[in-house]
Amino acid sequence: ANMKLILIFSALIGASLCLETFVGHQVLRIKTKNEEEVKQLQLLESLEHLQLDFWINPSAPALPVDVRIPAASVQSVKAFLESQGIQYSILIEDLQDVLDKERQDMIESAQRQRSSSSFDFGSYHTLEDINAELDHLASEYSFVEKIQIGESYEKRPLYVLKFSTGGSNRPAIWLDAGIHSREWVTQASALWIANKIASDYGTDEFVTSLLDKMDLFLLPVANPDGFVYTHTSNRMWRKTRSKIPGSVCVGVDPNRNWDAGFGGPGASNWPCSDSYHGPSANSEVEVKSVVDFIKNHGNFKAFLTLHSYSQLLMYPYGYKCTRPDDYAELESLGRAAASSIRSLYGTTFQVGTICNTIYQASGGSIDWSYDNGIKYSFAFELRDTGRYGFLLPANQILPAAKETWLGLKKIMEHVKN
Amino acid sequence: RAMELPPGHFPAARAAALAVGYLRYLRGGPGCALQLRELRRARRQDIDDVGHKYYLELELEDVLDKDRTVSCTAEVLYHLGSKSSAPDVQLTVQGELRSTEEADKEFYNRIRSLEKELVAENIPDSHGNVPPELEPIHLLAWVASGYLIWQNSTENTNFHLAQVKHVKQVKRNDEDLQFDFVVLLHEMVSQELLPWEVTLLWHPQRGTRVAQS
Repeated sequence: ANMKLILIFSALIGASLCLETFVGHQVLRIKTKNEEEVKQLQLLESLEHLQLDFWINPSAPALPVDVRIPAASVQSVKAFLESQGIQYSILIEDLQDVLDKERQDMIESAQRQRSSSSFDFGSYHTLEDINAELDHLASEYSFVEKIQIGESYEKRPLYVLKFSTGGSNRPAIWLDAGIHSREWVTQASALWIANKIASDYGTDEFVTSLLDKMDLFLLPVANPDGFVYTHTSNRMWRKTRSKIPGSVCVGVDPNRNWDAGFGGPGASNWPCSDSYHGPSANSEVEVKSVVDFIKNHGNFKAFLTLHSYSQLLMYPYGYKCTRPDDYAELESLGRAAASSIRSLYGTTFQVGTICNTIYQASGGSIDWSYDNGIKYSFAFELRDTGRYGFLLPANQILPAAKETWLGLKKIMEHVKN
Repeated sequence: RAMELPPGHFPAARAAALAVGYLRYLRGGPGCALQLRELRRARRQDIDDVGHKYYLELELEDVLDKDRTVSCTAEVLYHLGSKSSAPDVQLTVQGELRSTEEADKEFYNRIRSLEKELVAENIPDSHGNVPPELEPIHLLAWVASGYLIWQNSTENTNFHLAQVKHVKQVKRNDEDLQFDFVVLLHEMVSQELLPWEVTLLWHPQRGTRVAQS
């Protein structure tokens, strides 16, 4: 039997290659029945030219023997085992396949590791974490800058990301989120959109052409005091956190505080109301800071604001139920944007003026921006339509952000041209 | 005599929300809830000395199985002036709703066999999560809210259930399950979040009864 072994395998001396890969290598598990078979395997083991790599060496009949066999030797080893009546099974058909998959798994895991140690756009975050991510984006991309446009009532900075590839006071687009603090999907979507724009510049045709001509200013947390309050005390808080003289109630509805039909129908003059317009227009520092910034800049072409929920895409007016001068163009652009949104997941947005679509509401931001010369003024109400409302599950953040981005792009494209 | 209304405008949308709330109260349960997929058509008729009547064509989907839809025609009458009278709602549902007999029985037995009365808070939680075993409770809160929405709606309101703040099961000597809810209703026109106490009795065969506090 030993001679037979040597004869069979000596022919393979020339065939053993110095392999750099494990393509075609097989791993067999051999079940020996007696001492005799163990000795056979030990002899096999001694034939170095076969380049057999025993993962479990032959030692006793009760124990399995695992051996890696180079491709060239596989058939012969099997033939030998079969002729000796030694039982075996194939543990690994092709070792390279296994190694390739393992390498792929490791790469993906490392990617996940990298992205989990950075920002998870698919979950809800605290203000601290959001501000840290703004810093991260600003440091990672040369054309992204974090600027402070003011302070909230409780002295929190109002941070805006400025996307600018050059020029001097280029025509600009404004985008804000979270003016109503309980609308958590909006701040979350704004972060994803910020990252999307930053990472797409240079690779995506539209984003590149957009930022080569225009600047973008993004305020992801327009009401940081309210936002912190939704984390610490009352998830359903909407307003600012300003103290109101003469009242025990706190806060003003920041989207009834703009100087557009201020104090008219659709806003309350009762401080305890969730739609309290405040003592006077721009009384809220969160609103005034944006107004001042936009006025001082002087070259904004679009004003876009994110709210939730209801799935609506609205343009002025809210404070009056008459159509704006640019009604036809805004309606048509709104419909195109809603169509883009729907193309991704089938989510339908209703399009119309604020006054027709949701209610008459005075002192709103897009009415102010429109009446101050910014034609492309739109307000989005994101997902959903009431099943979860403000408490939208985190697993809907990315779909909401992605579909919203398509709608925003449609509008920005039109503005750019 | 009835005026056609744009479905995307708020008067039609409010009447539709009311109709859906009422339907949830009538037909909802721990294993089944419907939501509005599309308001197909809306008309309004102003009836002298009576009120405003809306004629609606709705397409609804099963929240637990979005591919299942039913059509519904609704007539909603908001009474003129009277603040204490709930709107009249007439509904006709076309199409089959999925049978939830198995799931209902399972839920019923599960709750009946609890040693301690069920208590839970904040459904969904701040992040929108609902633990699977509490989803039937969430849907029953929708039934109770549907009743509240029906009873309290006017042409100037649009209510949605924002959150179940608190729910407590109350064991009974008869065969009904009783849940005492504190629900938060979001009223969209005023943007207020209004807490409401409501008690719901439910039985797999006998259905729902609501007692408002």
